[in-house]
Amino acid sequence: MLKDSDRIFQNLYNDLGPDLVAAQKRGDWSNTKDLINKGRDWIIDEVKSSELRGRGGAGFPTGLKWSFAPKEVGSRPHYLVINGDESEPGTCKDRDILRFEPHKLIEGCLIASYAVQAHVCYIYIRGEYFIDGQKLQAAIDEAYEKKLIGKNAAGTGWDLDIYIHYGAGAYICGEETALLESIEGKKGQPRLKPPFPALIGLYGCPTIINNVETISVVPTILRRGGKWFASLGRAKNTGTKIFCISGNVNNPCNVEEEMNIPLKELIEVHAGGVIGGWDNLQAVIPGGSSMPLIPKKKCETLTMDFDSLMAEKSGLGTAGIVVINKDQDIIKCMARIARFYKHESCGQCTPCREGSGWMWRMLERMAKGEATKDEIEMLGDVTNQIAGHTICAFGEGSSWPVQGLLRHFKKEIEDRNNLELFVEKKNTIPYLVDQHLLDKKNA
Amino acid sequence: MSLRRPAKNQPENFEFNSSSLEAANTIVSKYPKGKQQSAVMALLYIAQRQNNNWIPLAAMKYIAKFLNMPYIKVYEVATFYTMYNLSPVGKYFIQVCTTTPCMIRGANHLVDACKEKISENESELSQDKSCSWMEVECLGACVNAPMMQINDDYYEDLDKEKTLKILDKILNGETPKPGSYRGRINNEPENNRKTLMELKNA
Repeated sequence: MLKDSDRIFQNLYNDLGPDLVAAQKRGDWSNTKDLINKGRDWIIDEVKSSELRGRGGAGFPTGLKWSFAPKEVGSRPHYLVINGDESEPGTCKDRDILRFEPHKLIEGCLIASYAVQAHVCYIYIRGEYFIDGQKLQAAIDEAYEKKLIGKNAAGTGWDLDIYIHYGAGAYICGEETALLESIEGKKGQPRLKPPFPALIGLYGCPTIINNVETISVVPTILRRGGKWFASLGRAKNTGTKIFCISGNVNNPCNVEEEMNIPLKELIEVHAGGVIGGWDNLQAVIPGGSSMPLIPKKKCETLTMDFDSLMAEKSGLGTAGIVVINKDQDIIKCMARIARFYKHESCGQCTPCREGSGWMWRMLERMAKGEATKDEIEMLGDVTNQIAGHTICAFGEGSSWPVQGLLRHFKKEIEDRNNLELFVEKKNTIPYLVDQHLLDKKNA
Repeated sequence: MSLRRPAKNQPENFEFNSSSLEAANTIVSKYPKGKQQSAVMALLYIAQRQNNNWIPLAAMKYIAKFLNMPYIKVYEVATFYTMYNLSPVGKYFIQVCTTTPCMIRGANHLVDACKEKISENESELSQDKSCSWMEVECLGACVNAPMMQINDDYYEDLDKEKTLKILDKILNGETPKPGSYRGRINNEPENNRKTLMELKNA
């Protein structure tokens, strides 16, 4: 288990209070000026050497992303945008940062803004987190009052304004370009990339977009050194991460742990074990609903980081772990996730808009045992026609969980759905026969 | 995608009152000059708050004029985002999360409780017209599942009995205390905390 002194979010459970005085006691804002005086290159190099990867799901190296911002500010100002549109089912880590560790986020915003030369930072928070957003706003007001942000922020000579922008219940706005569209006051429909936001982003200006958790760990990394952060976890998957363990466990919770921690340790030690014991485990969704599920036999030895989960054809995503035990109907669980994606598709690309509905309806019928034998193949076919054929990664996100189900639980679906093809049963009635299906059979 | 249609009965006029107007002007000032369109989402919230928790078409037209942008662009935004109510909802607007993490912990019991106490169908006003409920997608409090949102507040770690009690209070016009209903503190593992113990006991 990670040592308590190595935990970045000391106030994850709000033992100490989120206000500025308490935050300063924990070390926030203690030497921000010195850190910034070491210069832009030092900050970016330190973040690079920490091997910090984005905590929003894709795991892109943060230092590298920052270095994409133009070196000189041209006619267009730079922007920093913080993505707090946390809507992935199974994930609730950013909410705790917003309400309990707001000063880590605000200090991170100042450092990141300086590193990418932005004077304005927008924090995009999902509309449902209104109360938590108000708490962050209170912390921002406090920081303005103490001159930690605003003109000559924290005595560094850098001006920074931070504004909160509330979303309004659209999952897709967690996609970075949809988020920019949303800040611009439009429907949240993702943009084509390239151009990437680092060059043409918010209002057509260079924009760096980071997750709340990514930005919040930066001040601690700079204070304790990139080497310290890189010493946790394993190469290319370094540092600590807030894991959210939900579903059929005895003590669902958020906990900050080292990367590469065994899944079994997270579930057994921190979350109090699976309801009904470890043997009652059916499957685990390791990184928010978009990531393919992992069956029990692989959970024994699985470690939680980007690369080891990738090797299992899944992903760490947002580290929202959903534990599903044997009391649940796995097909129904996935059908509900498919319904989520059907509801949240933005409607821009046809494969996703139509396909997400197809997947939901087929899975609902499969859960009831109303599907015919060849529909299982057809479902796999639909997922392949969505993934990779859309503007943003929503296509993958919606089809991967279904592909995971087909990969690991195909037998369950087959056992429940063995209806004969309608055309084969009734092929003596000519007007009921679909000519195409007969052709297929005779071919 | 979800299908969203404006209500049939629409008021003819809408205007910001003085406090809304002040809030709207503050919000417009957060965005660069000439980019006032960015404020449309926040202004729709203000309109919704002023107009009993729903947005009439007249408000969209008013906001379009206010921000000097085409009406259809405001309409697009209002119909795209699901948190804008396009038809009247109750003074207490209950949203029950039923996505998988809540579902496997029994969100259907919360739905049953709502059906029992408020109305048979979702988005239907209760008998005294004070409440309405609907199923929503993930609200982002998965470790506190099952949960629901009433107006702005989250009610977490529920079961059917606790939900019935909360709904009773609401129907009596009281506002119940938000937060966990199993008495746990925030998102810590109940009775099983292994981390940061020094801070807890300090």
